[in-house]
Amino acid sequence: MTQPLVEVSDLTVTFQGTPPVHAVNGVSFTLAQGEVLGILGESGSGKSVTLKTLLRLLPERRTRIGGKVAVEGRDVLALEGRALADHRGGVVSMIFQDPGLALDPVYTIGRQIAETVIRHEGVSRSTAMARALEMLELVRIPSAKRRLSNYPHEMSGGMRQRAMIALALACKPKLLLADEPTTALDATVQIQILLLLRELQREMGMGVIFVTHDIGVAVEVSDKLAVMYAGSFVETGSVAEIIRDARHPYSQGLLAANLVGAEPGALLKAIPGAPPALHAPPVGCAFAPRCELAGPRCGADPLPLWQARGDRWARCVAAAEAAVPSHAEP
Amino acid sequence: MLIFTARRIAYTIPIMLGVSLVCFALVHISPGDPLVSILPPDASVELQEQLMAIYGFDRSYPEQFFRWLGRALQGDLGNSIATGRPVTSEVMNAVGNTLILAVTATIIGFTLGGLFGFVAGFFRDSWIDKLASTLAVVGVSVPHYWLGMVLVIIFSVELGWFPATGAGPGGSSQWAWDWEHMSHLVLPAVTMSVIPMGIVARTVRALVADILQQEFVTGLRAKGLLDRGVLAHVIKNAAPTALAVMGLQLGYLLGGSILIETVFSWPGTGFLLGQAIFQRDLPLLQGTILVLAMFFVILNLVVDVVQSALDPRLQRG
Ligand SMILES: Nc1ncnc2c1ncn2[C@@H]1O[C@H](COP(=O)(O)OP(=O)(O)OP(=O)(O)O)[C@@H](O)[C@H]1O
Ligand code: SF4
Ligand SMILES: [Mg+2]
Repeated sequence: MTQPLVEVSDLTVTFQGTPPVHAVNGVSFTLAQGEVLGILGESGSGKSVTLKTLLRLLPERRTRIGGKVAVEGRDVLALEGRALADHRGGVVSMIFQDPGLALDPVYTIGRQIAETVIRHEGVSRSTAMARALEMLELVRIPSAKRRLSNYPHEMSGGMRQRAMIALALACKPKLLLADEPTTALDATVQIQILLLLRELQREMGMGVIFVTHDIGVAVEVSDKLAVMYAGSFVETGSVAEIIRDARHPYSQGLLAANLVGAEPGALLKAIPGAPPALHAPPVGCAFAPRCELAGPRCGADPLPLWQARGDRWARCVAAAEAAVPSHAEP
Repeated sequence: MLIFTARRIAYTIPIMLGVSLVCFALVHISPGDPLVSILPPDASVELQEQLMAIYGFDRSYPEQFFRWLGRALQGDLGNSIATGRPVTSEVMNAVGNTLILAVTATIIGFTLGGLFGFVAGFFRDSWIDKLASTLAVVGVSVPHYWLGMVLVIIFSVELGWFPATGAGPGGSSQWAWDWEHMSHLVLPAVTMSVIPMGIVARTVRALVADILQQEFVTGLRAKGLLDRGVLAHVIKNAAPTALAVMGLQLGYLLGGSILIETVFSWPGTGFLLGQAIFQRDLPLLQGTILVLAMFFVILNLVVDVVQSALDPRLQRG
């Protein structure tokens, strides 16, 4: 097998402070060239932190990062200075949940895109502007030429997200990180943006990590899924495997609430109870307090792993015998 | 932008009218006989009435107001009771001098304060931040006439580097940008600059810290900008507010310099205002206050227009 695009192993992220926050606790996965991974999980499960680690966007001084993160074989955690800046936006880029906040309010859209192109490719201003126009057309913004000189507040939410995508793709990154890019949008606009992303991803052949807590969205765009809870992946597999044969009680809980009519826009129904405060790394199964199947063996540390294939596994003592719940087929 | 500017100018007309009415009323509400300072204590009633008529004090208030306003619109603010010279030229000389002092002080204060504030905000909680913050607090809280006197003692009396009082050869009306005159400007300008320096430093620090917290800065880093690229964005985002604060500080200095101008005998509006008050010189007082008030109105106008030119989000209103 060729070298994977992304290789993360045993990633831990701790924010120092009183009390500290153990936001990511031992995440491992690989992503092949041109593959789309959907990360699914409740608010606070560490999805955004995981993505930001791939761009090293977390506050340097207060953050301790452990484990290994490599993109195209390059050790991301060791990047410094200019090499890090070249990595950001050049190799890996990111689109944010709320483009209204993630774009500079006092720069025009055209300038914000052109600036990125100039930074990474050292081209002239006019070449960069031409690229910006090309990108706006690529993401199908109507009257793109005029939109170049718009400020973010002069655009609708959907239009802004298109502009954000244009910005992120301007330097042809190998990996696109999407942090809930449609959560802030209307349902109909959501679908348009998802279709656009899917299409551009295929056209450009880039890898995508797509974070969401909307299961319908995750199904729509992903090749494979990872379910995240309390800073760890608890189950991974292909979209079909997770939907038909979820092994972890948490994944099953997420699906039970949403699978029938899994369509974009359906939010996860809350599972009773709340996720744990991450002031200490969890021992045993972090989901135990909310799990109906919890028993004495769930305190084992490390928990036994049920694994069918390299990226088809679940971390739960009951995974092997997990009966396929009744919701599996309509 | 043009429409915005035009509308903003139209708004100021009623404001100016109101302001002039308040100016007039304030001076006339104050108790005491306006002529007392030039009349001998044993002046006859006839003489008194004659003078009242010359200055127009015998008419009704509305009549006095409209006559005064009408003449003021033509640039005639009457004659000073104390000196007999036209108030307009006295005030204009003083305005010129105050402008020189205030603008110089603002430039010094804004440059240093902006720099301190920016560095402090960018390197929050570093020693440089603590130093800048301390300076800012001292700048805002030290009494300025006291600071002025300390500077005079050190640089004028002890070292003899700069003169302590006045505006140089020729008094109030002969300003020139040569060293003979400018050496007189140094001490009052430095004293005065401490006020905007402290305030600008604090504002800019808070502003920069706040901007750096915003998500779009993460966005800038995510697209690979280097520090200086990010810096340009931070400056452009901070500029509208920083300039507005500077404008208001300038306005504040244009009007509020009685103490400093008195300490340094700097012949500006504050000094003039002080004289007018102590000599109960009604026309001079009225004229000075009116001119100062108009300054504030126009200044606010300019700040608004400039700010909206810099910040595209404000233009819609
Ligand atoms: N800069 C930070 N400093 C301290 N704690 C942080 C920081 N960023 C995130 N956290 C904490 O890390 C945990 C995980 O946050 P994260 O933003 O990754 O959640 P998420 O899964 O993206 O949730 P959401 O769906 O709400 O976006 C949370 O408890 C959060 O409070
Ligand atoms: S390990 Fe135990 S507590 Fe955790 S999910 Fe599985 S059964 Fe539930
Ligand atoms: Mg998030």
